Amino acid sequence: MLEIKNLHVKLEEEDKQILKGVDLTVEAGKVHAIMGPNGSGKSTLSYVLSGRDGYEVTAGSAHLDGEDLLEMEAEERAAAGLFLAFQYPVEIPGVGNMTFLRTAVNAQRKARGQEEMSATEFLKVVREKAKTLKIDADMLKRPVNVGFSGGEKKRNEILQMAMLEPKMCILDETDSGLDVDAMKLVSEGVNALRDAGRGFLVITHYQRLLDHIKPDVVHIMANGRIVKTGGPELALEVENNGYADILGEAV
Amino acid sequence: MADLAVKSDPTEDRLAALTMPSCGAWGRAVREAALARLRSMGLPGRRDEYWKYTRPDTLTQANVVPAAVFQNDELPPFEGLERLKLVFVDGVFDADASDDLAETGLEIERLETAMAQDIHWAKDLYGVLETNGQTPVARPLAALNSAYASDGIVLRVTAPVARPISMIYRHENPNSDAILHHVIKVEKGASVSVLENGPAAARLNKVMEVDVADGAAFHHVRAQGRDHERRAATHIFARLGTESRFKSFTMTVNGVLTRNECVIELLGDNAQAHVAGAALGDGDFHHDDTVFITHDAVNCESRQVFKKVLRNGATGVFQGKILVKPGAQKTDGYQISQSLLLDEDSNFLAKPELEIYADDVACSHGSTSGAIDDDALFYLRSRGVPLADAQDLLVLAFLAEAVDEIEDEDLREHVSARLSGWLERHRS
Repeated sequence: MLEIKNLHVKLEEEDKQILKGVDLTVEAGKVHAIMGPNGSGKSTLSYVLSGRDGYEVTAGSAHLDGEDLLEMEAEERAAAGLFLAFQYPVEIPGVGNMTFLRTAVNAQRKARGQEEMSATEFLKVVREKAKTLKIDADMLKRPVNVGFSGGEKKRNEILQMAMLEPKMCILDETDSGLDVDAMKLVSEGVNALRDAGRGFLVITHYQRLLDHIKPDVVHIMANGRIVKTGGPELALEVENNGYADILGEAV
Repeated sequence: MADLAVKSDPTEDRLAALTMPSCGAWGRAVREAALARLRSMGLPGRRDEYWKYTRPDTLTQANVVPAAVFQNDELPPFEGLERLKLVFVDGVFDADASDDLAETGLEIERLETAMAQDIHWAKDLYGVLETNGQTPVARPLAALNSAYASDGIVLRVTAPVARPISMIYRHENPNSDAILHHVIKVEKGASVSVLENGPAAARLNKVMEVDVADGAAFHHVRAQGRDHERRAATHIFARLGTESRFKSFTMTVNGVLTRNECVIELLGDNAQAHVAGAALGDGDFHHDDTVFITHDAVNCESRQVFKKVLRNGATGVFQGKILVKPGAQKTDGYQISQSLLLDEDSNFLAKPELEIYADDVACSHGSTSGAIDDDALFYLRSRGVPLADAQDLLVLAFLAEAVDEIEDEDLREHVSARLSGWLERHRS
């Protein structure tokens, strides 16, 4: 589903290489986790895949179901089925959460040549999905992420994911800023979306999250590359021994 | 030295091109008094501090700069809303196009009719609120208006009026120079909504004097737009009684020159005044909001919320003042003026002022200029919202605080829809 080959990326403004040849394939129905120390390039990878400005791809490729992601605008990637759950969801004063969700859902439908969702149908679906994530009517009415707690913001990300039903979900440190209960709630939301047709790339520092969202494959990223790939046991190894051992081994 | 050429006086040059309309005795007297006020002040020039950010010459000079009449297929504002229609064409009341004044059940007349009568309630207000508003800052264009206003309506409301009074200003003659003056008296416990829309004329000078008595409410929603080459200088003078409420919102899109002055005196305790504006400007758009709110009673609230979105070299001006007089304790004054600059060629000039002579007050003011938030833009796009739609959404979100000042939900949605329609038509 998601195929990344030899991806090299540098920051546009400074001449600094961040990704130095990332190779990664995520199959449909699988959950892949990427772990790695700070500054290894995990977040950059998620931004580059979702189309944020400020990065320059100097070599390599990234395809989603055979479509060249790097040739597309951010909104086209979203319509093609890519979703990024932000590490720091953005506050947008003045735009109601509900308006935001509906605009996004219908923009994607339009881009795919599907019929737009009616207001009543949308309302029904969003209420149902919000309920399972314990998002109340007030949170839906308030401006996007404004005044939301850390946990509310992350739940709101998962709600967007549930509404947009993407093929490929990238979760960038979704566990950061969450307490145990919130992490459980968010994980349940993610697990509910696990599906044979959907791939996940879960970026995290800690094994904790992977207790709730069980990965099929774990990658260790360091210094702009995937340095080790293994099963769920690799995450446990990191938890017990830290990155130093693995990195020492890989270098 | 040989004799110097007689220096021309811009005020007299302007006056020479005007004729005072004929009217009854009290009308004549108030007009002459206004003319005397104007002569003592003189029309504003470039060096006037109050006109530092806006060049007054095309508003004050004798000849009108022509403005093309612009046609588009967009429906006029407030279409479809139940309202009483009063139509002015190039500044002249058009009875045929308007609803029948006699059948409204309201005390509503043309200005000339009111001035022709010996005794009329409007005598106590016409030019009176304008005169009060001349200190501490002179507003000569308003005095000129009181002296030479050629049309307008006088309206007295004695009970709550459900149907808004809608003034529609059509522009048909590219050289028209209109001077309109309305007087509105909202009696104790009464309420009324006034809507205004349309380009009015190539050049418009408009004054609206509003007296809001104890416990009364006045709502005003104005849509200025369409003809891009038009110029306008407008004044609202309002006087507020105890527990009265005044709300005015103006949407401005298009217009090479607009100066909207709003002068409010809170004279009764527990009164509330909200003035708001949302402006969208493109290219040679110049828009000036000048507001002066005087708190002269206890426990009053005032809010000024002005938002401007500017691009392609457009200019926005805000001059806003809150004056809290001695004894006006428990005053709650809020003022915010913000601009969203969509490129580096656009300008926002702001002069927020507070002058406080009471010790138990809460007043705040803020003024900012900024660009579109790139993070918010990316967030929206990452959810599939196309760039242009995402930008429009953020622009409307920026204007929302001002638009939200419109109390009536239908009107609020109507204004939002017009703003987004404008954005869609003006995509680069």
